[in-house]
Amino acid sequence: MLVPVEWLKDYVSVDVDTREFVDRMIMSGSNVETVEHFGTGMDKVVVGYVVKKEKHPDADRLSVCSVDIGEEAPIQIVCGALNVEAGQKVPVALHNSRIPGPLHGQPKQEGGVKITKGKLRGVESMGMICAASELGFDEKVVPVAHKDGIWVLPEDAPVGAPIEQAMGLVSDVVDFEITPNRPDCLSMVGMAREAAATFGSQLSYPDSAAKAAGDRKAADFISVEIKDQEACKRYSARVVTDVKIGPSPWWMQKRLMYAGMRPINNIVDITNFVMLEYGQPLHAFDIRQIEGGKIVVERAADGEKFTTLDGTERELTSDMLLIKDAVKGVAIAGVMGGLNSEIEPDTSTILIESANFDADSIRLTSKALKLRTEASARYEKGIDPNLCEEAANRVCRLIELLGAGTVQPGAVDVYPAPVQPWTVDVRTARINKLLGIDLSAAEMKSIFESLEMKVAGDEKTMKVTPPTVRLDMVGEVDFAEEVARMYGYDKLPVTLPKGSNTSSLGEAESLRRLVRSTLCAMGANEIQTYSFVSPRDADKVRLDDGTWETNYVRLINPLGEEQSVMRTILMPEMLETLGRNSARGVESVRAYEIGTTFSADLFDEEALPDEEDAISIGMYGADNDFFTLKGMVTELLGQLGIRRIRFIPEKEYGVFHPGRCARIVIPTKDEERRVLERPEPAKDGASHDELQEDYDVIKGLLGAMNSLSHNGSVELGIMGEVHPDVAEAYGIDGRCCACELFFDVIARMAQTKVKYKPLPKYPSTSRDIALLVDEAVQVGDIESVIRQSGGGILEDVTLFDIYRGRQIEEGKKSVAFTLVYRAEDKTLTDEDVAAVHEKMLQVLKDRFHAALREM
Amino acid sequence: MQEKIEKILEEARERIHEAKELKELDEVRVAILGKKGKITEIFKAMSSLSKEEKKQIGPAANKARNEIEKRISQRLAELKERAKEIQFEKETIDVTEPGKKFSLGVKHPITQTIEEISQIFMSMGYSIAEGPQVETVFNAFDALNSPKNHPSRDLTDTFYINENICLRPHTSSVQIRTLQSQKPPIKVISPGRCFRCDTPDATHSPMFHQVEGLIVDEGITMADLKGTLDTMAKRLFGAATKTKFRPHHFPFTEPSAEMDVSCFKCGGKGCNVCKGSGWLEILGCGMVHPKVLEVGGIDTEKYTGFAFGMGVERIAMLKYGVDDIRLFYENDMRFIDQFK
Repeated sequence: MLVPVEWLKDYVSVDVDTREFVDRMIMSGSNVETVEHFGTGMDKVVVGYVVKKEKHPDADRLSVCSVDIGEEAPIQIVCGALNVEAGQKVPVALHNSRIPGPLHGQPKQEGGVKITKGKLRGVESMGMICAASELGFDEKVVPVAHKDGIWVLPEDAPVGAPIEQAMGLVSDVVDFEITPNRPDCLSMVGMAREAAATFGSQLSYPDSAAKAAGDRKAADFISVEIKDQEACKRYSARVVTDVKIGPSPWWMQKRLMYAGMRPINNIVDITNFVMLEYGQPLHAFDIRQIEGGKIVVERAADGEKFTTLDGTERELTSDMLLIKDAVKGVAIAGVMGGLNSEIEPDTSTILIESANFDADSIRLTSKALKLRTEASARYEKGIDPNLCEEAANRVCRLIELLGAGTVQPGAVDVYPAPVQPWTVDVRTARINKLLGIDLSAAEMKSIFESLEMKVAGDEKTMKVTPPTVRLDMVGEVDFAEEVARMYGYDKLPVTLPKGSNTSSLGEAESLRRLVRSTLCAMGANEIQTYSFVSPRDADKVRLDDGTWETNYVRLINPLGEEQSVMRTILMPEMLETLGRNSARGVESVRAYEIGTTFSADLFDEEALPDEEDAISIGMYGADNDFFTLKGMVTELLGQLGIRRIRFIPEKEYGVFHPGRCARIVIPTKDEERRVLERPEPAKDGASHDELQEDYDVIKGLLGAMNSLSHNGSVELGIMGEVHPDVAEAYGIDGRCCACELFFDVIARMAQTKVKYKPLPKYPSTSRDIALLVDEAVQVGDIESVIRQSGGGILEDVTLFDIYRGRQIEEGKKSVAFTLVYRAEDKTLTDEDVAAVHEKMLQVLKDRFHAALREM
Repeated sequence: MQEKIEKILEEARERIHEAKELKELDEVRVAILGKKGKITEIFKAMSSLSKEEKKQIGPAANKARNEIEKRISQRLAELKERAKEIQFEKETIDVTEPGKKFSLGVKHPITQTIEEISQIFMSMGYSIAEGPQVETVFNAFDALNSPKNHPSRDLTDTFYINENICLRPHTSSVQIRTLQSQKPPIKVISPGRCFRCDTPDATHSPMFHQVEGLIVDEGITMADLKGTLDTMAKRLFGAATKTKFRPHHFPFTEPSAEMDVSCFKCGGKGCNVCKGSGWLEILGCGMVHPKVLEVGGIDTEKYTGFAFGMGVERIAMLKYGVDDIRLFYENDMRFIDQFK
């Protein structure tokens, strides 16, 4: 809401400078976006009189003007505007002058533009004739008459006077941020009410006492019928005859321009002016065009065509409210008038509409038509219907004051259910308790009264009646806010709450922090990526449609296709990050993300999607290979107390190299597994019909696909070297590895409680073995067999070498382990160890056709 | 005999003194004191001597042996010391060569900021509460007393999955879940992701993070709100930080406020960070609206509370001087590495 300070002072006396005015208004609740200082940034710009205009000898579009600037002789100025004529008063920027700018067709410059004399196509020009937009006015508020040319000043402008003084241009305009609860502040009177309360001064209303000197009555010209009383709460019409259409006076135009509106003609300007004063939109119809002497407010027909003032034909729906005469529509209620009934230069009798339309109805209409006007913006926030009469009267009064017509007495005012003032009980003690202060009832009363509220009741409970424009004053707490802001938020004491000081991080967050610190300790940087992704990401990582990874939650209003679904996995964004870093020349990356993934509930569209956290790790560059990643994953899970994991080769998962991919699983007993399956969300006691059982089974299965693998193992995630096609698609140069872990599954299995185990009392003894096996034999399997044949005394197995090459047959490898034997209750003898060890070697031989090599 | 001993002694002294290496010294030891050593030979030869001679030679031989043993061990210590010196000389390294690289990873700056804010509130007794990012419109708006026509509900402001489900535009929805699941006293903060339909530019992101806080108890006042957030600001931005509370409007609080902190770059004098005002807007807050408490079935006569919400990215940008919000989600390692 643009508030010219000089205009506001018509209604309230404020004796402070703009800076202090703004500061105090902010602290009492009217936040300020910007302050514009009109009429500044101008130097040596004066009123000139165009004595003579001639064509430029060498340029068709230029004129050479002789301009009287109040000096002894006129000066010569070359002007490019088409509307310049001899006999006009114009603003002239002299040699070495400064104007706020911007120059016509150029962007605005900080500090304005300096104007100097010069030659234009060979003809000397001693300055520049300015457009209004070059002197600080926005293009969109410049009066139509000279919006594409120079500013033609009123005839009485004093030649030679500085323009800012001659035209009274110096004014500060404050742009207040009006919150949605305060539509009453979308008006000068509303802001004046706030200022009066803030500065303790008196609010004086505009003069609305129209003389109404006409000899007929409004009702003689017009009747009004409201067919939809839900959408139209009040329709008030007044009639003005003998209208003389012309420009409005400069003072009015100027205020409209400061407030962001373009002056049109006296009648339209008056209706806009009063709208700005009261926040009540008004519309003037040419009564010649109102057929049947009748206004009907009703819904439009579906598909009805209507051409608005801006010349656009619009198709209406039956949700939209239309102002009609006896036969046709004449305005889209509360949004825009019709081209068919607009004020023309020869209009002589007008109907002034001052009506109240339902906020939602206007909002939906304006949205559907994509047409937002000053009127609709106000209606859709809600207006007090009691304003209609006063605002219509003010329009009539201004018409009289400007001599623009004869107001006919009376109004046709249809107001079926007048809004009555309401009263709220406000308890002094309650307000004090909420705010932590100790004001007396009298102090609160004076605050309420400063805001034009009526206060009755007693010291304990005040009965407060707000003005009906204060639609937001409903409950006791609303009055608490009025007390707080007028008393001053800065004066409220500063205390700390008493009571409990225990706190908890929560299990999930504790584990996330453990994951973060573990991965950071292993040299990985945390990343954060967007939760919404492209549905085409699945293709990019070579995942098929129909897999759970493509069970997307879709946005209905995404910013674009690229961000139209919620991510089901973190992998694509991780690869995107690796690709971006690779492209930017970062040599080596080790990164991880912990983030939420989403999957749609296929059976219940109204259910919230499943949200599960996942961890992704990605890496490329030196020392970042499959086994680096595997080591990290193992250590991470180990930190979370998960140590019995297995890595199972996976050849089918599109993201990864088929020979370098593993599912990470943990074998569980059936019993454990049931506990670990995703818990079903609690169902409210809805009916369990036959379908419900099937539903549960299928839903359970779908959920399980994400967390369970086969053979009694729970899948914790998948890892591998990224498939070269995928790496290429993401622009990753060279090999890279990545994994995706199901954090929620891991969290359910995590065992972070540490339990002490006594240190061994007896010495250990170790044996190294080397086995010559086929390439296809997996080290993990050999290790499993070794562990299974440990005879209760095998403490540890560590792979220390895999050798291929000289002395080894093609297609074979030598795998070497160190085995550590220890008993808890005695020192092992060579014989004790040999008994177990020999048996184990035999099993390995049988199982893997392994040949033993000498160590 | 006596002469012989003297001679051996003489020889031993010289050879021990001359010995340059441990091995050489050991040779001396063997030659003189060994099984067939010269002194040993003397002792062996003594059996053939007369009693008188024995009396004379015995002590002299013993004395000689003792002296030689002492000299050898002295020399041994000297040689060992010398050997160490040589070794140290040989093993001297260039300590200015670079150390082995241990590079720890770093948490994302947004995580760091959230953890820092969380830590401050946890020390004041707040627990962490979490809620889903895809929320019901009820929890995201209706229950928060947001009017049906509030512009923030528009399709141009909030992302929707369908008419009743949206991406939460604030973590305030966690307030509702907390109010419905806990009884006062309630003291929680809920950090998390939020989404709004903003086209990304230097200061806007369609995804961002908030830390929302809620306290509900008997006797909670607006003065407590000021005290709590003032404490938070001083801990987060430094002890000299001043706070300013301005009236504002949020549907879910009444009275509502916005809190500014004195610019930590210029201390309030006015600079490019605070755009000359000396103040930085940091968060929105207010006393929980009774209608919101009622959603949780809380007795609004008995209990009051306050709530606040702050944008993590904004705070991180101000704290670290980051000038483009998009940097947080580009995850350029050269950016993230800076937050060590």
